[in-house]
Order: sequence, then C-alpha cells, then structure tokens
Amino acid sequence: MAPQDQDTGEFGEFGGRHVPELLEGPLDQLATAFENVAQTPAFRAEFLDVLEEYAGRPTPLYHAENLSAEYGADIYLKREDLLHGGAHKINNAVGQALLAKKAGRDRLIAETGAGQHGTATAMVGALFDLDTEIYMGEKDVERQKMNVFRMRLMGAKVNEVTRGNAGLADAVDAALEDLAENVENTHYLVGSVVGPDPFPRMVREFQSVIGDEAREQILDRTGELPDAAVACVGGGSNAIGLFHAFRDDDVAFYGGEGGGEGAESGRHAAPLTEGKSDVLHGMKTRVIDEDVDVHSVSAGLDYPGVGPEHAMFRAVGRCEYRGITDEEALEAFRTLSELEGIVPALESSHAIALAKQIADDHDTVVVNLSGRGDKDMEQAAELFDLGS
Amino acid sequence: MTRANSRALAEAFADGPAFVPYLVAGDPDCESSKAYVEALVRGGADVVELGLPFSEPIAEGPTIQSAIARALESGMTPERFFEFVADLDVDVPLVCMTYYNLVYQYGREETGEPGPEPFVRRAAEVGIEGFVVPDLPAEEAGPLRDACDEYGLDLVFVVAPTTRGERLERIMEQVSGYVYVQARLGTTGARSDVSRATDESLDRLREYDVPKAVGFGISTGDHAERIVAGGADGVIVGSALIDVVADGVENDDPTAEVAARLEEKARELKAGTRRGATASGARSERT
Repeated sequence: MAPQDQDTGEFGEFGGRHVPELLEGPLDQLATAFENVAQTPAFRAEFLDVLEEYAGRPTPLYHAENLSAEYGADIYLKREDLLHGGAHKINNAVGQALLAKKAGRDRLIAETGAGQHGTATAMVGALFDLDTEIYMGEKDVERQKMNVFRMRLMGAKVNEVTRGNAGLADAVDAALEDLAENVENTHYLVGSVVGPDPFPRMVREFQSVIGDEAREQILDRTGELPDAAVACVGGGSNAIGLFHAFRDDDVAFYGGEGGGEGAESGRHAAPLTEGKSDVLHGMKTRVIDEDVDVHSVSAGLDYPGVGPEHAMFRAVGRCEYRGITDEEALEAFRTLSELEGIVPALESSHAIALAKQIADDHDTVVVNLSGRGDKDMEQAAELFDLGS
Repeated sequence: MTRANSRALAEAFADGPAFVPYLVAGDPDCESSKAYVEALVRGGADVVELGLPFSEPIAEGPTIQSAIARALESGMTPERFFEFVADLDVDVPLVCMTYYNLVYQYGREETGEPGPEPFVRRAAEVGIEGFVVPDLPAEEAGPLRDACDEYGLDLVFVVAPTTRGERLERIMEQVSGYVYVQARLGTTGARSDVSRATDESLDRLREYDVPKAVGFGISTGDHAERIVAGGADGVIVGSALIDVVADGVENDDPTAEVAARLEEKARELKAGTRRGATASGARSERT
C-alpha cells in the first residue's frame, strides 16, 4: 500500500495544508470533528440513513450489455447518476452538512463548476436549514443555467465570479475569501477531494460509500472482484470514492482527465498526465503548467489541479491517468445514450471513453457513472445538431 | 525565548514603534516600484515588506491580488525580485513576503531537489533581512527556519484572531524579528475601522518578548495611532498604499507624482504611530 499519514492528510509528498494562519485553527477544529464525530457509529448510521431515505442509495450496479458488446469487455456501470440531484456529489454534501451542523455552524458556502456540487449543497442547505451561498464562475453560469435556477429555487444564493478565468478555480478563490471573512459561523463545503487537510481525506470518507457498495455488488453478481475500475477525474472525488474500497485489491485503476483539445493544444485540464507539482488552493498537488489554458468541454473537469491522493497514485503507479479529449468524451456521451438509453454527464462520459480504450486489456470493468447528462442537454443539442 | 538574527530588524523596533509599509515589488513595473519604495522610506518607513508575487495568493484581498497581477504581468520573477532588491537605494531593513512554493522551488534546477536553502542564500546576498511566508505553518517551517538561522535572517509569522493555545505557542517558538498580528478576520484590504479583535490578539501576545506589528485593514494615521496606543510595537500597511499605486496606474499619472503621494501617505502613517507611542507611553507612566 502507498505511504499515507492519516493524521496530517499527507499523501506521499502531496496534500498537507498550505493556508494562511487564520484558517489553521478552524481547519484543526474541523479535522478533530471529523476524527471524533464523523467516524463514530452513530454519525455513520445517521449519514447512511439520510443517503438511503433522501438521496436514494444504494445505487444499482448495472451490467451494460449493449455497451459491453460494443467495447468488448463486461462493463458494469455504478449508477451514481440515479442519485437525488443527478450526481455523486450528494454523498459528500450530506456528510459535511451533518458534520457542520454538529459543529455548530449555521452557514454553508461552496464552489461549483458544473453546478452539480452547488446543487447538492443547496439541497442539503435546504434539508438541514443552513444559510447557503454558492460561488460559480461566470463562464459556468452561462453553460449550466438550469443548475443555477435549481440552486436559487432551493434557497441558495448564487454568486457569479468574474475574476481571472471566471471558472472553477476562481470560484474556489472566492469561496476561500468568504471563509476567511466568516470562519466563525461558516463551513466551506468543499466539493471534491481537494484543498487543505482535512478535506481530501474527509471527502474520500463520505464518497467511499460508492466503492463499498460496488465491491459488494460485483462480488454478489460475479463472485469475483473486477479487473479494472474506471472513473473520470476533475478534483477526483467520484474516482477516489470508487477506488478506495479496492485500493488493496488486485484491481487496476484508471482515471480519465479532461484532455480538452489534446495534450499539445495548450488547452486542457489534465494536470496528472501533463502537469507538474505545485501548491494550489491550500494543497500540494499536480497542477497544469502556467501557459496552459484550463479547458474541458465538461465544466466539472475544468480545474487546473487535482486531489493530492491522485497525485500520489500517479507517483507510485497505483492508477493510470489519461487525458480524454473533448471529442472522445462527446463520442462516448453519444454511444452510451444510443446503446443503453442512458445519457451520461459530460464528466462521466470521460470515464466511458476511457473504458473503451482499456476494454481490450480487461475482462470485467466497473465504471463510475458519476452523473446524469440532463444538465448538458443544451450544450449537446448545439454540438449534435438535435434541432431547436 | 526571543530570537532576532538580523540586527537591523531588531534596531528598527528598538527606538519606538515602527511603521512598516508593504508594496508588491514590480507593481506596476520595476522602475516605478523602486521609486515608490524609496519614497516610502523618505516618508518615514522603518522596515519595508516587499511582496514577491505568486500566482495563488490565498490570503490576499482584491487590492493586493490586483497588484500581484500587475507585477506578474510586468515580468516579475524570483530572480528579478532579487535584482530589484539589490538595486534599491534604501537604508532600512527589507523583509520579503511571499508564498512557500516559490521559496521551496527556487534553485531546484541547481541542486536537483527542492528546498528553501538556495532562496534564503540568494536573499541574504542581496540584503534581505527576513521573510513572511503566510501559507507556511509553524510545524512545517523547520527547513526554512534552519536556513534563516544559517544566513542570519529572521522568519516572521502571522498570528490571526483564530490563533490560540498550542498553535500560538508553536508559532511563538519559531518566530523571530517580529510577529505579524493579523488585526481581524478576512483577507488583506484597507478598512474604515479598526477591529476589536486586535486588542484581544495583542492581549494574548503580551507575555511574549518579541515586537508585535499589527496589519490588515490599517489605512489612516488615526488607525495607526490607535493600534500603537493599544500596545502594538509597529503597524503594517499594505492595501492603503497599493490603492495609491493603483490610482496612479488607472489615471496614468507620472511616477514622480505617485511617489510624492506615497511619501505623503507614509508621513501621515508614521506621524500616527508616533502619536500612538506618546499615548501609550503616557499610559504606562501612569500605571
């Protein structure tokens, strides 16, 4: 197993906590709350109960026979797209909101790219009666209008972020500033396995329900572990959520990053395949080069960094990461829609495209279908000429 | 135990409260920026904090972020920063404020692996007396602390309103030169009032024998006076000065004019710290 320090949130040489002193004390408190409260059986039971009753867990593990025939391997889809809100994001949102409430916070803030995490945060804000403010890049507000409306309908305030690149990274900056100002009553509900400790290990804990279920389901179904597990990687929470249960098993891991217009294009969001080590948003991790324009067809993968555990997995060779281009992702988006009648999120389409690439090398593959594609229909209608 | 490696820094705080202005080096270009630093020193600066811009300024508000963006655009890099400092014609101690990644990565090509020593060595060469590295926690500061000790530089830490208990003790074990007392919650930026959190922070630090310089939100001579009267050994002013630089950029004013305005603002702030010292002195005589 790869080296890892549970207490400090270091993943090999990655992770840690690189924040101003102001946030150190509050993050210490959060880490303590996570260790002492979130891992108790009582908390765990309450968490799983909300996921079951409210969010719709467990999700099916679906043997996609048509896709399997097309790609040439047995492909099982972990249907996180069927969760309330349409993506895996709700798992983490429920966990953190419960914890925030127990820690006496009465306000939630969050960043969002595709709007899925913002939506999940708005949902738990409404459910647990917490004031909720979402930061979202102007660019993403444009392309994910429906999610903005949903968030507002549920009572969240959505702040459009216009600075910098007006994308996900800038939304994180804005949320961190808000946190610095309001740290006494506010919990920053980080949406992925990114940021300063304890976020990467905390979000992993809440998302690992995905892999826990998938492992049991595939064993029930086939009597064996899968040969490979595949997921898309933006910050990387759905991937870590799937992988964690299999990390000590003989199961190959594959992560599909936002390859954008290709490695040579200078327009991508693939820090694992094309980046370097750097400090970003309070963590040491892999980040794309300065001269690369952060871009992916999918708003949820459009992030210049990645969770530190992925940076470590890459460094020690536990997971193979590939940049999936916009074009490959769109093709997979279409294939899954046509063959299975399942419209995947553009993010998850990267995982489907990657499954196609590795299908020849493995017999049984579990793919995390992390979200549904409803939010992407406007974009798809334009790209595929689906009429008006 | 108080540490001060740099004699110049210790002296700057020895004769009454210090006025410590902050500017981003290279904002909006190296030549103007040099004139601005020199103007602040003429206006009474006792120490100057110089920001070495980094593209992920997590503790900074919009004012300083814009300054950092302007400096990066003008081509500021660590190497140019050192040349900039070497070129400065000032007789007060200079403190470099930057983010740990730059310190850590500098000289990686030379030594083959990252670490703070090459950065500190080069900083010492050009006459820098200390560092503030806001994103470096005390418990991870060992290597930088060692390099500072080796080259006779000081390492300043920020103490925030949320810093208490063991965290505070760990920081006070590592700090030297002066401690940067963050006056209030939030990120950097000029404010119209001075927070009560400052008094509470100064109270918590009273037992430690190291100069306490208060920053975040101080924008007028009256603020400076009140902060010093409240027990601070110095005031750090950044955003209010950068506002002057930003106005100059906006209106395309000549460098000399902007420099004169900065000098004037520095005099106001310095005069405020002096008034505060008188008030503080009078009070301690009464008690």
